[in-house]
Amino acid sequence: MLVIKNLHAEIDGKKILNGINLEIKPGEIHAIMGPNGSGKSTLSAVLAGKEEFEITEGEIYYLGKNLLKINAEERAKEGIFLSFQYPVEIPGVSMINFMKTALNEQRKYRGENPMSSAEFLKYMREMKEMVELKSDLTSRFVNVGFSGGEKKRNEIFQMAMLKPKLSILDETDSGLDIDALKVVANGVNKLKSPQNATIVITHYQRLLDFIIPDFVHILYEGKIVKTAGKELALELEEKGYNWIKKEIDA
Amino acid sequence: MNIQKTYNNYINIFQEISKELKNTDSEIIFKHRQKAFSVFKQLGIPNKKNENYKHADIDNICNKSYDYSIQLEETSVDLNKYFRCEVEDMDTHALLLSNGNYYKKNEPIPNLPKGAIICGLNEAKEKHAKILEKYFNKHASEIKDSFIALNTMLANDGLFIYIPKNTKIDKTIQLVNLTHGFGNKNIFKRNLIILEQGAELSMIICDHTLNNSNNFIVDVSESFVGQNANLQYYALQNEPNKSSVINSHLINLEKDAKVNSIVLSLHGGNIRNNLFTQLSGENSEANLFGLNLTDREQRVDNYTLINHKVPNCLSNELYKGILDDKANGSFAGRIIVHPDAQKTIAYQTNNNLCLTPEAKMRTKPQLEIYADDVKCSHGATVGQLDEEALFYLRQRGIGVKEAKLMLMFAFANDILSNIKIAPLRKRISGLINSRLRGEFTHCSHCLLNCNS
Repeated sequence: MLVIKNLHAEIDGKKILNGINLEIKPGEIHAIMGPNGSGKSTLSAVLAGKEEFEITEGEIYYLGKNLLKINAEERAKEGIFLSFQYPVEIPGVSMINFMKTALNEQRKYRGENPMSSAEFLKYMREMKEMVELKSDLTSRFVNVGFSGGEKKRNEIFQMAMLKPKLSILDETDSGLDIDALKVVANGVNKLKSPQNATIVITHYQRLLDFIIPDFVHILYEGKIVKTAGKELALELEEKGYNWIKKEIDA
Repeated sequence: MNIQKTYNNYINIFQEISKELKNTDSEIIFKHRQKAFSVFKQLGIPNKKNENYKHADIDNICNKSYDYSIQLEETSVDLNKYFRCEVEDMDTHALLLSNGNYYKKNEPIPNLPKGAIICGLNEAKEKHAKILEKYFNKHASEIKDSFIALNTMLANDGLFIYIPKNTKIDKTIQLVNLTHGFGNKNIFKRNLIILEQGAELSMIICDHTLNNSNNFIVDVSESFVGQNANLQYYALQNEPNKSSVINSHLINLEKDAKVNSIVLSLHGGNIRNNLFTQLSGENSEANLFGLNLTDREQRVDNYTLINHKVPNCLSNELYKGILDDKANGSFAGRIIVHPDAQKTIAYQTNNNLCLTPEAKMRTKPQLEIYADDVKCSHGATVGQLDEEALFYLRQRGIGVKEAKLMLMFAFANDILSNIKIAPLRKRISGLINSRLRGEFTHCSHCLLNCNS
């Protein structure tokens, strides 16, 4: 589904990604862990198509397409979804209008008819229930006045609405208490299917108790330095990132 | 033509017509004209050195010549046939001003409450002289402004509204300013709106220009809002690129009075709006909003002066602008809190989006506070669309053009949400949406093309 080959990226002349190789197949969950500044968020931004980053080397293929040739909105329409680490507040744009526009743009791209207002509202109600989203959040402006937990839940709600093929959860666990974490993880698990894949970017092992990864990768100084099964996360939690740093630097 | 020539021209015009005016005007009105003439002679036409007109483009206005005519123009066409404003579900009564003159075939307003007067200003000078002369130029003469003086000198007609005590006009009055005909029209309109104690009125003023000439329009409206009275005032400016407008609205609020003023400049040639608000009675409240949408080489300047003269009043001012292409604009917001005006609350915000590097916006808050127990705030921003928000929308599959529109519309929505007449809000919302999409901004039912 996703093949990343020797990816190098920089911003304002500063090298952040230094040769990432990664392959993801449908149905898989990949966790990417790493210390601060290792390039986790840059990787997710590059995958989503943020233009500030300059790709200096390497390739990304997604469903056989050269991802670097298509812009952010087209990637979204092709089924790439980024759950933002810091969801953006947009005063004046209502959640309903936002989601309806996004959903219908994606449907149009796939050659489907736009959803009518009645259909849309019904669908939205179902998805809200599925991800246990408080009912009034959708009647407000996008993320405006939402608590930290509500913003993260809202990301998962949007994921449920848009049904992406590849979801990238960028530190979705940060700032969540344990109950909210369970709700978010529940949502992700419910949306899981043999056809879609998920990248979970996280600092801590905690989220991986609820979203069980098939692979855990450790990112350090812009490179994947270690890949193993879910037990790697536990080992990391126990020994800390210094363990990896020592191993690499040695 | 330049500033000096334009000035001389107006001096000559006034001297030429003053004999005629002396015959037609009452003594009081004519005295107002003479006084205004001396003010105009003293002030001249403001240039860039004048602080209040520093950012306005008066040179551009003075570089063209215009036809001024005091004669009432007779139009052979039935303007009522041209103009049909059909805002869905909105019950308004439309009145036309044809090149500044109260249109003769305006239909009288049915079931007008007893004592209420709605007619042409010229007609009111004759028939309702006592009321008119009590208020006419009362506020305007206190302001030393060349264009207000020029209007007082030369304006003949306009709209006159008088609402007696505790009377409400149920239908929204819609004043449609039609500018039409050959040549560069120089039009001076004068409106006078009087709300006695406890009176209520909502009105919409729409500007429609039908010719494609270099028109120069100088308008003055005076609104006197009596004790506990309520005025809703919506102005919709839709001018072709070649038109120049200098529009002054003066509002005076008595005790417990309220005004909600929204000026929407959807399309402007060269527009300058002056808004003078005077809070003269305790507990009065002024909510003043403005929105400019300009592109190409259009220009909209807003100058507002809020005078807090007495304690316990509230003024809330929010002006926004979206400037595209090489558009220019300015906002100057002056607030004066007089020494006695304790417990004043005055909020002022001016936010602008410049969509291109060539678009220019200048903003200047000017607060003069002479009382010590007040709550005043001001803030101004000039910026671009929020890149993070844009990326967020695009990441969900919304194309960059649509995403930008959504953000611009959201930006404008702060102003629209203050339009209290729901069908009007819906219609203007639609107009702004199409304006932002670069489409025509005339209403679908209207036969006038406001965006010629």
